[in-house]
Formats: sequence, C-alpha cells, structure tokens
Amino acid sequence: MGIISRGFGGRRRESVPGLPPGQYLTYDFPVLSAGPTPRIPLDRWRFTLTTETGAQKSWNWQEFTSLKTEDISTDIHCVTKWSKLGTSWRGVSLDTLFEDVETAADYTMVHSFGGYTTNVPLEDLLDGKAWIAFKFDGEDLDPEHGGPARMLIPHLYFWKSAKWVNGLQMMHDDEPGFWEAAGYHMYGDPWREQRYQGD
Amino acid sequence: MNVLDGNALAGDLAEIFAVDVTAARFVCAGCGHADAVATLQLFGHAPASVGRCPECTDVVIRLVRADDRVFLDMRGTVRLELPMSGS
Repeated sequence: MGIISRGFGGRRRESVPGLPPGQYLTYDFPVLSAGPTPRIPLDRWRFTLTTETGAQKSWNWQEFTSLKTEDISTDIHCVTKWSKLGTSWRGVSLDTLFEDVETAADYTMVHSFGGYTTNVPLEDLLDGKAWIAFKFDGEDLDPEHGGPARMLIPHLYFWKSAKWVNGLQMMHDDEPGFWEAAGYHMYGDPWREQRYQGD
Repeated sequence: MNVLDGNALAGDLAEIFAVDVTAARFVCAGCGHADAVATLQLFGHAPASVGRCPECTDVVIRLVRADDRVFLDMRGTVRLELPMSGS
C-alpha cells in the first residue's frame, strides 16, 4: 500500500485565480533586500524625473504628497515565487508625474536611495499601470517595505517595484538595472514566468 | 533582517568552483579593500545573494540562482586571490 493517500495532492496551484504559474500564496509580507535599509528623513526626500535631453521635474515630499493620490487594490508577485493577493496601497500615478513631460524615449531606469536601479519600458508605467506608493494598508510605508515611497508596478515581478525610489531617467535604449545585469529577466512578466535571462 | 557574512555563500560557490572561494581574497572595485570572501556582508535570500564590501558596502558579488543555471556577477571585484594547495 502506498504511503501517500489519494486525495492528498493539495490544490493545484493553477486552480487559484489570480496566481501566475510557479507562484504560491502568502499572507504575510516577506522582506527581501539587496542591501542595508536606508532611512530617509522626509525633509531630505526628493523624486526627480529626468528626460533624455536632461530636462528635469522634481518634487519634494510636501509637493509630492500634495499631488492627486489614488487608492490601489492589486495582486503582487515576487520572483522568489510568493504572491500576495488583494494588497491595498495609496500612491501617485505615474500618469500624474508624466503630465507635461515631453519625451521621445521608450525606456526608463528607476533609481533608488542606496543605489538600486531597475529598467522598465515607459509604456509599462503609463495608462494606470504604475504608481509611486507611500501608504500600505492605510499606514505609512515602513522603511523595510520601501518607505517613505516605493514604485508599484504590479503587472511585473516585484523586483521592478523599486523600494526607496528617488528618480526616473528616460532612456532611448533598454539597459539592465541592478538585478537585470546579474541575470534577471529584462522585462519580468509573471504570467509568462520571465524570471531570468533566456526565460 | 539578519545580515549574514560571506561564509553563507560557501554552498553555492562550491557548486561552481573546485576550490573554496570563501577562503579567497577579493579586492573591492569600489574602495580597494581586500579581505576573504567569507567576510563579505551578505544580503538577500535564495534565489539571489548580494555580497557587499564590509568596508564601503559597495556590491562585490551578485549570485542569482535559476532553476537550471547560476549567474555569478563579480564586476565589483577587481581580482580574486585563490589559495592553492601543493605548492
């Protein structure tokens, strides 16, 4: 007699709606970080958008949080295979930040305090697909989770949602960021399991 | 988060190299600090690890483990000095 009884196969992962292939559900919020957690005083916080011509738009914390905010309920998917469904955020849409910005470049490099970078095509930031979030579950965003503010690009693996974000540089060509240069996928679509280069 | 040191890289590196790389000496590309790989500050969890210079915190080693491949990015290392036996 087999030691594994029939019916003990568990639910097939694919049967959970909203769960991309190869992912499992988690109900806590794991902290993954490539370096020490920076503590950024709000009076030193600044976000700067730089176009390919060098033109800049910049916001300090007061200016940034005075912009129109949106409440976002979304699923998030980490390349380390956890997914968290129905998370609640408040942030400023990238559409708002890009108002009046003239650019002919198709790619961006997201920059963070502490030196982290990640590359994202411009079209993945616009049309209601991306935010700079500063609240999670109604509370100020913890430094461990990227506070004061982090990128939120939920349709891509979560390494693209850079913590401690402080800038965005427009680029004509797609160049790799911190993890992309070390083997992670350039785009990172969880529904196509684009985890590593060549996937 | 608990910060480990470069000794925790021993298993992953042993699969790639025939020698114990944690005993090798790195030279940091950022500040020139030289010490054993085992002294690196280690961040991250599987499938990726970041080894930072204990002196300047610049990234010295990035190791990314896919299901069937390992990527080792060592651009933060000017050179590795490897102890060899039998000489």
